[in-house]
Amino acid sequence: MSDVPSHDPWAKLRAATVARIGLGRSGAGLPTGAHLTFQYAHARARDAVQSALDVDALARDLAPQEVIRVASAAPDRATYLRRPDLGRRLASGEAETLNARAPCDVVFVIADGLSSAAVQAHAAAVVHACVPKMSGLSIGPVVIAAQARVAIGDEIGNLLGARLVVVLVGERPGLSVADSLGAYLTYDPRVGRRDSDRNCLSNIHAKGGMSPQEAARKIAWLTHAALTLGLTGTGLKEDSGQIETENAPRIGGA
Amino acid sequence: MSRFQTILAGELHAFGTLAEVMAKATPARSGDALAGVIAESDVERVAAQMVLADLPLKLFLTDLLIPYEIDDVTRLIVDSHDTAAFAPVSHMTVGQFRDWLLSDAADGPALSALAPGVMPEMVAAVSKLMRNRDLIAVARKIRVVTAFRTTLGLEGRIGSRLQPNHPADDLKGIVASTLDGLSFGVGDAVIGINPATDNIPTAMALLQMLDELRQSYDIPTQSCVLTHVTNAIEIINRGAPVDLVFQSVAGTQAANEGFGVTLPMLAEAHEAALSLRRGTVGQNVMYFETGQGAALSANAHHGIDQQTLETRAYAVCRTYDPLIVNTVVGFIGPEYLYDGKEIIRAGLEDHFCGKLLGLPMGCDVCYTNHSEADQNDMDVLMTLLAEARAHFLIGVPGADDIMLNYQSLSFHDIAYLRNSLGLRAAPEFEAWLMAMGIVSETGHLIESGAGALRLLEAAQ
Repeated sequence: MSDVPSHDPWAKLRAATVARIGLGRSGAGLPTGAHLTFQYAHARARDAVQSALDVDALARDLAPQEVIRVASAAPDRATYLRRPDLGRRLASGEAETLNARAPCDVVFVIADGLSSAAVQAHAAAVVHACVPKMSGLSIGPVVIAAQARVAIGDEIGNLLGARLVVVLVGERPGLSVADSLGAYLTYDPRVGRRDSDRNCLSNIHAKGGMSPQEAARKIAWLTHAALTLGLTGTGLKEDSGQIETENAPRIGGA
Repeated sequence: MSRFQTILAGELHAFGTLAEVMAKATPARSGDALAGVIAESDVERVAAQMVLADLPLKLFLTDLLIPYEIDDVTRLIVDSHDTAAFAPVSHMTVGQFRDWLLSDAADGPALSALAPGVMPEMVAAVSKLMRNRDLIAVARKIRVVTAFRTTLGLEGRIGSRLQPNHPADDLKGIVASTLDGLSFGVGDAVIGINPATDNIPTAMALLQMLDELRQSYDIPTQSCVLTHVTNAIEIINRGAPVDLVFQSVAGTQAANEGFGVTLPMLAEAHEAALSLRRGTVGQNVMYFETGQGAALSANAHHGIDQQTLETRAYAVCRTYDPLIVNTVVGFIGPEYLYDGKEIIRAGLEDHFCGKLLGLPMGCDVCYTNHSEADQNDMDVLMTLLAEARAHFLIGVPGADDIMLNYQSLSFHDIAYLRNSLGLRAAPEFEAWLMAMGIVSETGHLIESGAGALRLLEAAQ
């Protein structure tokens, strides 16, 4: 089978999975076409991790929402990837840009996480879809945090006096989807919150994932429920069967 | 005055504890920096290695890195130490131990006899003084043979796990990936699925499907659904066809508690799987996975470097006579192993340490997309591990695991090790591959692919 034969015996099986099966072989190696297809997928995933977020473009996409820009304590991408702890805290001095604001119900924090591509592509659409579904709630400024992981929302939400923080974050890219966005909701945000204190939606993307509209519906539902019950995390999950699948733990999220 | 010190070019390098010497002697990696235990400079690292080289192996019997009273892995290590097996090296320093391991006196039988006499910490210590080539040279001398329906670890052979994961546990999708792997001659160590939904009914459905597939093609191999050990016990009680029991384990009691696993649980599962008597050529029924950084990520590392903790996990593994053990070397992410260089080094260390402790040691040669690594690094590591005579390696379709979102080796890569390095599959499995017309008498894939087509036609 030095190349894929004209009558492809793998066609039926390939329909059953997106796994890279029936690739053919050149000796024991990948045929050139399959090799380059893989290289392309990996390059896209790498670019999604390494590329800097275009904060100006994202701020324009978020208009008319007010935007505040902050940086995490990780000075560059290489440090950020080595030191998850630094990506969870604001850089020194950043706290002052968030002080002296009126308290609010909800704050959105957009963190590049492990895929700036995901944030660039989907974060503004999710915010815009959420706002009309949160009428009656006061929504603070949208904070764009660079080199940041989920838990940075705890410090930001606390400084802004928010009752609940929604962190939209780029998820670890796979080869098939490099721009998947996650959303993490934390009630009463403050430094030291654990992952079990949060509710999570994942797989917000355009390749068979959740649409921004669908994500917004779930985020709004969770937000209202959290503010009514006064909690997020495992306690909220038990009361909301319809979002069960979105709460499945993810390995290696941000 | 510190017991652990040396003077280099007039500069004093002193270390407070054995744990500090071990950590600072470790070749650099991101996880030790994250834990705050890494050497502050290259010179300090070499100073620590020089101090370590002069320490007697016997010191590890009394200077326990994690106290006996607070950690059941320490208790397991101390209580199971075989003094008679230790005798041939008991007078050596760590540096002398390295020299002996590299010498012709340390041949295969001598190293096999030594295994119960060495503690994980001794093995970790000596590995820190060894270059990559040393790790390969010594590991290659050690033979560990285990068996269930295939015999693994024999001279001139390398096993493979066929990993046909699917993000929705779709049975047809998993069968499709399994047939693809079999057509490349992969799967003699195990056909093993990581379930996307970790519950008992899903695991039972997957096990049933794999068992029917194995029986319908009459394939001499074993299957496994990598679910939690407590699930496996329940599944055995409900009568599902369990060949191997799987569990991830780590090197401290607290980290194992983070996995929700205790030593008595593992003993119970081992007994339950043995009671089924499903093996034909052997009764090694356990499959363990480990990986550097597991303890730190569970905040259960006691200030000890991640490579030493990884080696302690092997003490847990060897208690239950596993068929296969693998280190999932690059899976955990760049905060533990940053780039290809660190992943390659860790893979060789883990393989060496596991084998010296008597384990059937394999590796998931892998990386994530946020690591500074790529398939070229995996090519290097798999070739080195094959030359070091790893027990088995893992293959997934096209190197892309669509459920766990990371890259491992491809089925093609396993075929490369067979075709280019002349390494063969387990004899029982290879006989089946020959009968199916998938490989030739020499173990090479047959170019026409006729055997693979026959496999597919039978499935349609």
